[in-house]
Amino acid sequence: MSVRLVFLGRLEDAAGGATREAAAGSLATLLARLEPDLARALTADRVRIAINGTLVADRTALVLADGDELAFLPPVSGG
Amino acid sequence: MRVDVCLLAASFDPGAELARFTAAHPRAGGVVSFLGQVRESAGEDRPVEALELKHYEPLTLPGMRRLAASARERWTLDGLLMLHRSGVMLPGDAIVLVAAAARHRRDAFAAADFAMDHLKGESWFWKRERVGGQWRWIEPRTEDFADLARWRWR
Repeated sequence: MSVRLVFLGRLEDAAGGATREAAAGSLATLLARLEPDLARALTADRVRIAINGTLVADRTALVLADGDELAFLPPVSGG
Repeated sequence: MRVDVCLLAASFDPGAELARFTAAHPRAGGVVSFLGQVRESAGEDRPVEALELKHYEPLTLPGMRRLAASARERWTLDGLLMLHRSGVMLPGDAIVLVAAAARHRRDAFAAADFAMDHLKGESWFWKRERVGGQWRWIEPRTEDFADLARWRWR
């Protein structure tokens, strides 16, 4: 009964791994249960989030259900 | 008009890919290409040992396909090729190859330039380099955002 968190780019270092399981529920609660430094890195201005592969524009009232995949996407650097 | 967009997990031969692409578009008067490769040094006496590109499966390839579609809408092209690596690479390895074939060279130049600016600044890739045994994430430069902004008012 959980949500899968995916950390991309430098957020993988901040989280100490590329993925992690967390309890379903509101995004606010989920973040509050993480290490404060990690929660800060995940909520930084330019970090976007996607649920099940779709970018989320408004994260204020976000609630995660069992089986959801929540990805944290820092600024990109391709090419 | 043919569009080839690939996300590759293994190394590729950019010369062979470009030759194949050019041969597939005999009606195009011009082909413009850009090749990005792993640099050998991150500055004086700081040799690059490896480069790794990470992507996010649900977003990266769909985003590249949308980018190719928008280049195709903007310019008159005969073909567009967009190959991008993921995974660990060594100095000299090809990272990205973009090629645009068109009747007229201006369309080909512009489409390749547009595709590269968006692959660098807007596509879902994260890059890190290993220098002196340490991995270091490469952050976007302000120039990358300025390069992207050039296309907004056109």
